[in-house]
Amino acid sequence: MLEIKNLHASVEDKEILKGINLKVNAGEVHAIMGPNGSGKSTLAEVIAGQEEFVVGEGSIMLEGEDLEELSPEERAHKGVFLSFQYPVEIPGVSVTNFMKTAINESRKAQGLEDMPAKEMLKKIREKSEMLEIDRKFLSRSLNEGFSGGEKKRNEIFQMAMMEPKLAILDETDSGLDIDALRIVANGVNKLRGKDNAIIVITHYQRLLEYIVPDFVHVLSNGKIVKSGTKELALELEEKGYDWLKEEAAV
Amino acid sequence: MDLKEKLVSSFLAFEDGIDLDHPVHEERSNAIKNFETKGFPSKKDEAWKYTSLRGLQKIDFSIFPKQETSLEYKDVKKYFLHEIDTYKIVFVDGVYSSYLSETTHDGVDICLMSSAFNKPMFKQVIEVYFNKAASKDESLTSLNTAFSKEGAYIYIPKNKMPKKPIQILHLATGNEAALMLQPRNLIVAEDNAEVQIMERHQSLTDNEVFTNSVTEIFAGKDAIVDYYKVQNDASTASLVDNTYISQKNSSVVRVHTFSLGGKLIRNNLNFYQNGERIDSTLKGITILGDKQHVDHHTLVHHAQPNCESHQDYKGIFGDSSTGVFNGKIIVDKIAQKTDAFQQNNNVLLSDKSTINSKPQLEIFADDVKCSHGCTIGQLNEEALFYLRSRGIPKKEAKALLMYAFTNNVLESVRIPELKARINKIIADKLGVRMGFDL
Repeated sequence: MLEIKNLHASVEDKEILKGINLKVNAGEVHAIMGPNGSGKSTLAEVIAGQEEFVVGEGSIMLEGEDLEELSPEERAHKGVFLSFQYPVEIPGVSVTNFMKTAINESRKAQGLEDMPAKEMLKKIREKSEMLEIDRKFLSRSLNEGFSGGEKKRNEIFQMAMMEPKLAILDETDSGLDIDALRIVANGVNKLRGKDNAIIVITHYQRLLEYIVPDFVHVLSNGKIVKSGTKELALELEEKGYDWLKEEAAV
Repeated sequence: MDLKEKLVSSFLAFEDGIDLDHPVHEERSNAIKNFETKGFPSKKDEAWKYTSLRGLQKIDFSIFPKQETSLEYKDVKKYFLHEIDTYKIVFVDGVYSSYLSETTHDGVDICLMSSAFNKPMFKQVIEVYFNKAASKDESLTSLNTAFSKEGAYIYIPKNKMPKKPIQILHLATGNEAALMLQPRNLIVAEDNAEVQIMERHQSLTDNEVFTNSVTEIFAGKDAIVDYYKVQNDASTASLVDNTYISQKNSSVVRVHTFSLGGKLIRNNLNFYQNGERIDSTLKGITILGDKQHVDHHTLVHHAQPNCESHQDYKGIFGDSSTGVFNGKIIVDKIAQKTDAFQQNNNVLLSDKSTINSKPQLEIFADDVKCSHGCTIGQLNEEALFYLRSRGIPKKEAKALLMYAFTNNVLESVRIPELKARINKIIADKLGVRMGFDL
């Protein structure tokens, strides 16, 4: 599904990603953990096509296609979805209208007609019920005045609506209480299937109890310094990241 | 001959066609004298620092159209808000078109200034209201007063409300190489009356048009007046709109100005609060490109206690367009408990576009709430990435952000079809198709 080779990325001449290698197959869930400033969010945004970052060496391939020349919207049309760590507030555009526009633009890019209104409504109802989102919430302006938890739940709602091939969840667990975490994890798990893949970026092992990863990677100073199975997450929770930094420095 | 000389000397010819014994004529004579003394405003005048009329004064405008032109409704239908039933007062090259209009005298008077000037039944209203709110000092207003002859006359008696909204449409056919128009509107809503009015100026060709319009609006006690100005004219059409509003106790007047096209637009919007518990609302959306220029000069004069005013102007400026917002609020010493709010937010889309924004507060009372805010920025890049990452292409994402930016101005538009129309004009202007109405 996704193959990242020797990826370097910088912003304002400061190199943040220093040679990432990562292979994610369809049907897999990968967790990326690591200390603050290690480049986790940068990696997520670079995959999604944030133009603020300059990609130097390396490549990102999605189903065999190089993403380098593709705009963020084209990547979205190919099935890339990023759940933002800090979703942006957009006053004046309701959640429902935003989703309608997003879905129909993606359909247009694939040469499809607009989704019939009835089907759209049904889907909105279904997905919002799954995430226990109040209907009133959907007519509110996108993220405006939402609590941290509401913003994250809304991100997962968008993911459920768009049904991406590759979903990247950037610290979706931050700002969520335990009940909300369960609901969100349940929503993510519903998307899991043999045809799509999920990358979960998190600080804490907590989320991984609900979204159980197949692989865990540790990102430190712009590189993946250790990879393992879900047990690695437990080890990190126990020991912190310092031992890895030392290991990497050797 | 420059335009000023031409206008002053044309006044004699103008007098040939009108009743010189009419009480209004003295006003006209005084007004032409004031214009002759002051001339066109120049950049030396503080209020005209950023807007120059010099280019327009060099054009050889016809002041009286030579011939009457008839238009087919189907050819101009798109300039009407035709989705709903309305009264219509339509002028073609400054001349009333009965064929395109739909007026009434059924309980309310929705007709013409020329009738109001000439027919005895309107004499009293003219005497009480005509030129009573308009400035006698401002030279362009005087110029209009001097040549005042035709325009919309709307009189809503006490406790009345017209059955449907009213459209005032000024069409310019291009029969003249360059045409100057000076419509004069009088709108009176007596106590507890209500009325909704839309006004539009539209040039049908690329010939130059210069409109110097004056509108007086009087709102009686508890009256409600909604006035919508749709300014989406051709790139060779210029407009100076002078609007004077006088409000009595507990009246509500809302003026929305949509400045979406034209060569040069100057809006002088003046509110005078002559009573208590008055609500005045001034809102605007300005979206410009090319070398277009729009100047909003607003004045709210709080002269009595316990009144409110709300100003909210949003501007988006692309290419080499320029914008001006000058918002003046005067609070007299006796106008305690005034609540005056003013907001002007602007987005510059290009390095060559400019906006000059200036709040001007003159507050003489000590127990008031006056707030003003002004922002000038670019579109939020983070928000743009967020939208694009959801599959919305850059152009559409930008448009969506601009919609979102202007949205709260449209919220208070009380005619849904007009709101949809404005949305459509904005979408067309931005070259996008939106999948929904905001």
